[in-house]
Amino acid sequence: MIYSDKVLEHFKHPHNQGSIKNADAIGEVGNPVCGDVMKIYLKIKDNIIKDIKFETLGCAAAIAVSSALTDIVKGKTLDEAIKITKDDIVEDLGGLPASKIHCSMLGVEALQAAIKNYKDNQNKLK
Amino acid sequence: MKTIYFDHSATTPVEPRVLKEMLPYFSKKFGNASSLYSLGKEGALAVEKARQRVANFLNCETSEIVFTSGGTESNNLVLKGLVKALSPLRKKIHIITSSIEHDAILEPCADLEKEGVSITYLPVKPNGIVDIEIFKKAIRPETVLVSIMYANNEVGVIEPIQEIGELLKKQKNKIYFHTDATQAVNALDCDVQKLGVDFLSISGHKIYGPKGVGALFVKKGSSLKGIQLGGHQENNLRSGTLNVPGIVGLGKAIELAGRERLKNNSKIFKLRNKLIAGILKEIPDVILNTDIDNALPSHAHFSFLGAEGEAILFELDFRGIEVSTGSACASGSLEPSHVLLAMGLSPETAHGAIRFSLGKGNTAEDIQKTLKVLPLIISKLRAMNPLYKN
Repeated sequence: MIYSDKVLEHFKHPHNQGSIKNADAIGEVGNPVCGDVMKIYLKIKDNIIKDIKFETLGCAAAIAVSSALTDIVKGKTLDEAIKITKDDIVEDLGGLPASKIHCSMLGVEALQAAIKNYKDNQNKLK
Repeated sequence: MKTIYFDHSATTPVEPRVLKEMLPYFSKKFGNASSLYSLGKEGALAVEKARQRVANFLNCETSEIVFTSGGTESNNLVLKGLVKALSPLRKKIHIITSSIEHDAILEPCADLEKEGVSITYLPVKPNGIVDIEIFKKAIRPETVLVSIMYANNEVGVIEPIQEIGELLKKQKNKIYFHTDATQAVNALDCDVQKLGVDFLSISGHKIYGPKGVGALFVKKGSSLKGIQLGGHQENNLRSGTLNVPGIVGLGKAIELAGRERLKNNSKIFKLRNKLIAGILKEIPDVILNTDIDNALPSHAHFSFLGAEGEAILFELDFRGIEVSTGSACASGSLEPSHVLLAMGLSPETAHGAIRFSLGKGNTAEDIQKTLKVLPLIISKLRAMNPLYKN
């Protein structure tokens, strides 16, 4: 199993790692029994993702996926963000070993959970 | 950047003294040890010298040594070769092994189960040692083989081989006894008479010898059939042209391992203990999974709670420090190490597993540098973990 340079670079120096205090939405997926937990924080204005941060417990691939995902998503509208697939992340990372593809799915699920959280909150306000 | 190698349980560098003895047998003395002319005889004599060295180390006869391609093949040969020899004679075959064996035992066992052999996988105590009382109860009239590793590759715990050997000698029916000693040769006495074993597996590359060579001790008179057929080498137990340079290397490596064992053990033991003391002092929320009173001197296995093993491995690698992990993420199977789970670790704890296995080339500076960077790495990863609160 060999990681691409881009995966290792993201892992070494993750982008947008941390939390957002007054986040408009939070999505958390995975569980520690499986070894992977990913939490995404979003700051949203006019349906555009203005800021995004992540916290992840997991392997190098899980952390690299989190980091790459935040880069891809930042500045996108919610409609654009919800369409992002695991393949988009894998491609952006220059590929992932076969046994690590599930890590990219975790990233997609965390983002979708955060967007759902935002929409649920909006509906409650209505 | 100088690499600090802490993965001697995975493999070791070939000793210069070993390499020197091997080199002539690649090009100059390249003969097939089965050929009758001088060049062949030269190879055959070199093989017999190596066989003598292995026999000296194990305290057995040269005729009881079968050269193989390594530990995996030796283990496969015992399990499958014994079943092959006994199955025409017996309706029921039962084998006892442990739940913390290497896959080179567990996978052939799983294969034999499909052929109708019944296998008992003994549980272990929290430190990884087989419970003798449970073992005694597992013995059945149809038990033909017990296979228990001498020392565990992950946590380094040493199993009570001699005690099991004595118990088996008292049984009415003949029960063969095998030990996978792959991890034990560097550090422990492997006298087969004392251990009371019928079969014992060793590997060249774990003892500063070459990869691709190993041996199996087969006690005289044992039922065993070859599983690889061809040119009848090794008393028909292992066909295939002999790997002369590899066998020469194994012979020299095992001779050195025996001669220098005490010196190496004492050096490695001190360094390992320094590493353990430092890690437990500098880093909170760490569990030491190696029972150091019952383990090889080389092993220090930890769980770093709230950090994932593979991530720790790569962070260390960036700083030139090479270790291994039993975390699921590194194995590709999504299941954490079966050894750690058998010892009763929770999956969460097993995910943060890191194994340090020290060797004779390690120094006090290696330990110091590791103790300097590891706390920072663990803090960095824990800071990323949404669930870890300090």
